[in-house]
Amino acid sequence: MKVPSQSSGSDAEPDGLEDRLRRFATIWSRAIFPVTATSLTRAEFEQHLLPLARRLRDALHGRPFDTAVAHRTGAALVAAHVTDPDALSRTLGVVDSYLVLYCGSEQEHPAEELRARCSRLQHAMAAGFTQALRERTLAEQESIARSAFAARSAAELALHATETRFRAVFEGAAIGIGIADLDGNILEVNETLTRMFGGLEHHVRSRNVRDWSHPEDAPHVWKLYGELVRGEREHYRVEKPYYRGDGTVLWTNLTVSLLRDAEGLPQYQLALMEDTTERRLLNLRLRYEATHDALTGLPNRTLFFERLEKALSQPEGARFGLCYLDLDGFKAINDSLGHAAGDRLLVEVADRLQSCATAPGEMVARLGGDEFVALTTGPGTERNVVDLANRILTTLSVPVRIDGRELPVRGSIGVVEGPTGERTPAEVLRSADITMYRAKSAGGNRFEFADAEADARAITRHGLTTALPAALERGEFFIEYQPLVHLGDGSVHGAEALVRWCHPQHGVLGPDRFIPLAENTGLIVPLGRWVLQEAVRQARFWQTRHSDGGPLRINVNLSPTQLHHPRLVADTVDVLERSGLEPGALCLEVTESALIGADDDLLKPLRQLAEMGVDIALDDFGTGYSNLANLRRLPVSVLKLDRSFTQGMQQHPADPVDLKIVEGIVSLAHSLELAVTVEGVETGAQAQQLRDLGCDTAQGWYYARPGAPDRIHSLVLADAV
Amino acid sequence: MERPAWAPPGIDISVPSVSRMYDFYLGGSHNFEVDREAARKAMEFMPGLPKIMQANRAFMRRAVRFAVDNGITQFLDIGSGIPTFGNVHEVAQAACPEARVVYVDHDPVAVAHSRAVLEGNDHATVLSADLRKPQQLLSSPEVTSFLDLDRPVALLLVAVLHFLEDEDEPQAAVAELLDALAPGSLVILTHASYEGIPLTEEEAGGTVAVYRNIRNPLVMRSHTEIARFFDGCEMVEPGLVSMPRWRPDVPLEEEDPYAFSGFAGVGRKA
Repeated sequence: MKVPSQSSGSDAEPDGLEDRLRRFATIWSRAIFPVTATSLTRAEFEQHLLPLARRLRDALHGRPFDTAVAHRTGAALVAAHVTDPDALSRTLGVVDSYLVLYCGSEQEHPAEELRARCSRLQHAMAAGFTQALRERTLAEQESIARSAFAARSAAELALHATETRFRAVFEGAAIGIGIADLDGNILEVNETLTRMFGGLEHHVRSRNVRDWSHPEDAPHVWKLYGELVRGEREHYRVEKPYYRGDGTVLWTNLTVSLLRDAEGLPQYQLALMEDTTERRLLNLRLRYEATHDALTGLPNRTLFFERLEKALSQPEGARFGLCYLDLDGFKAINDSLGHAAGDRLLVEVADRLQSCATAPGEMVARLGGDEFVALTTGPGTERNVVDLANRILTTLSVPVRIDGRELPVRGSIGVVEGPTGERTPAEVLRSADITMYRAKSAGGNRFEFADAEADARAITRHGLTTALPAALERGEFFIEYQPLVHLGDGSVHGAEALVRWCHPQHGVLGPDRFIPLAENTGLIVPLGRWVLQEAVRQARFWQTRHSDGGPLRINVNLSPTQLHHPRLVADTVDVLERSGLEPGALCLEVTESALIGADDDLLKPLRQLAEMGVDIALDDFGTGYSNLANLRRLPVSVLKLDRSFTQGMQQHPADPVDLKIVEGIVSLAHSLELAVTVEGVETGAQAQQLRDLGCDTAQGWYYARPGAPDRIHSLVLADAV
Repeated sequence: MERPAWAPPGIDISVPSVSRMYDFYLGGSHNFEVDREAARKAMEFMPGLPKIMQANRAFMRRAVRFAVDNGITQFLDIGSGIPTFGNVHEVAQAACPEARVVYVDHDPVAVAHSRAVLEGNDHATVLSADLRKPQQLLSSPEVTSFLDLDRPVALLLVAVLHFLEDEDEPQAAVAELLDALAPGSLVILTHASYEGIPLTEEEAGGTVAVYRNIRNPLVMRSHTEIARFFDGCEMVEPGLVSMPRWRPDVPLEEEDPYAFSGFAGVGRKA
């Protein structure tokens, strides 16, 4: 640094003085700029220091000498954000070394005086700087503290507002909210929760969560609770009942969540509860209504099936017993006395049944209409179910009084008893139903035990019945023919057409298996018409092939339903005409029982057929109440003696009583100009005897079993030979 | 349980604040012992830290003047911290008395202090908001009533983006802010970097660790990474450079070596 010489005389020139002052400011600025934080540039900062330097120079020469200027200069440094203590020490160093050197004028003061003044100025500057810095520090500390306080107040206000909002949500929530610590002590509850518990806050607040067990708690509820308070689970949701203060039960949908602190440690448990008591009651009522019979209040089919299912799914070794009751003749009561009376009867019956099944494991249900079931489970069902059936029949034996009338009540019961785990509810009920019908067809007012064979028969019968229409369409029926033989000369006189069903599963079935079913369903009419067509067509075929063998007759059976069918005559005529067979070659067989009590209307079609030349045979003669007097009225030309008469002739010697009877019948028949055919001829002796007794024709295994049409063909040929 | 959006964070002055540490570096006393303790620790690793702050302030001053010279009179200063001296509004209003300034910080104490400092100044205000939520910031009444976003604004992001970690998506935040500003707006930005520090990365890492410990991580980014914040802008000459090199008014040799730490730049929205 170039130090200006004292002798330069520069103080004579104002520029020189000012230049030296600037140099002083530059030195000062260079010394302290590195320790300042100002955002001014170096040049700007130097500019900023220049007036301060000038004041120092003036103070150095001032008269009187006043250090206050230096004091203010120190303060001014702080105001210019020169706050580093180093800045003060460097400033004092610069002033000490350069103020007198650059700004001192010995013309005004002696050198010693200037040095002394300079020292005093430094003292004042230091004091000014320090005081200003202290004030500034205090002021800034105070202002930042105030700001921190203001910020905190604002945050607290906001927090308070938040909490107020939270509180409003908490109190106003429609669901119950409660907070407890992890030991279960309840800390906070909202009003809704208090109300749910009956309205008294201390009933809730003084409690511990663990006190709130209830006998109907699901088994896992407390396990979940334990996991939550141990921090192993964040939340759970259950349906939970509580006792209210007054002992009534509150049902809730409960959601419990674990609240953790900022470090993630479990702190509280939060419970949200929704009161489901009413909904539950409603559900229970709906459930009750869905599972109970509105009329009698007994459990209905739905509930019964549930219980039966449960009973049947019991572990191995358990048994069950079931009574299936159907009132006898209930329809007649309903029809004659009206539904209101019928309903009252059912209610009374329901009450009585209920009183029969009071033991644990017993239940009674109404399945619908007049059908009821009683179920018994537990040990000893073999005996119990019989007792139960007997109790039911006994309780029904007392007549029911309705509108002053004593109505007798009877019922038929199908009893099923057996081990669990073998059958489905539907199978059990079907068996009971079949068995009940067995009891009913055995005369009613009794119970029958289910038996697998009877069930199977009934089930097969059912299966066959439903399969019949399709079988006819698919051509599963066929006809076998059994020859009718002249007893006089042993020649084949004709054949009886016998229908067979070639069932895809059951094989070939005889008419006894399916004709009654066809009779019940009405399918007998189309089936009968088909048999007639086939048989007539076959007979016509035989005739054309064997014109030399004499007229071959064909016997076709007519069922009672066919007999009543209005198109019987027309259909028969149609069939005959289409085939070209003369009516005299056809014989229609009608059972005796079908004609018992027949009036003229029923006989009319038969008469028409007979007038056309069709023979009518009275089949199974001698099995019904043979009204001999009636025989005259019937348009019948043939009697077919039932095989029961011929059975007595199989032995040798033949039963004399049978012989007498047959002899009498033949004589009677012949006197009425009726031919006699016998069935079931199995031995030559039989045939001989019947011939001796005057019978006209015979059929039976002795001659031939029923067979395919071509077998008749060969028989006829043999006969002709 | 997460705090709802409308619940304010608590004030905890036992935790160091980067704004108050900044004030301490600049020789201020708007700070508490925790702040000073942290700042002193940081300075053990980088004794020249205050010089970096000072260079930041100097750059900001030049950039604000540049903005005013270019006709911009609206300023949005995000991460403004504790106002001490040479603040944006002082610089701007010295050049143009009508200049309007919105200060933004998420430190409640800094905001409260700014509010006190700005009391009586009709042209400057402060907003408590978070740079990480630009939409909240832009839709605040302070911004919408104080600034006319149809006219250019100078967006100041001075020494703030390095406090946003990558998962905070600072790039997207800047883009969203720029998106809301009118063409011709300026973005004035400085950012910390290992580049330019007169120390090894290892030595400077000590300071980074201090900030990490006070849960205000300081994210050092490279020149390339920082340049990406200007996507969609044309760079004002001389581009993204160390602070003293941006339109200097003094010879560079007079600058402290620490002043060259990090980068500064001004971009103009196209």
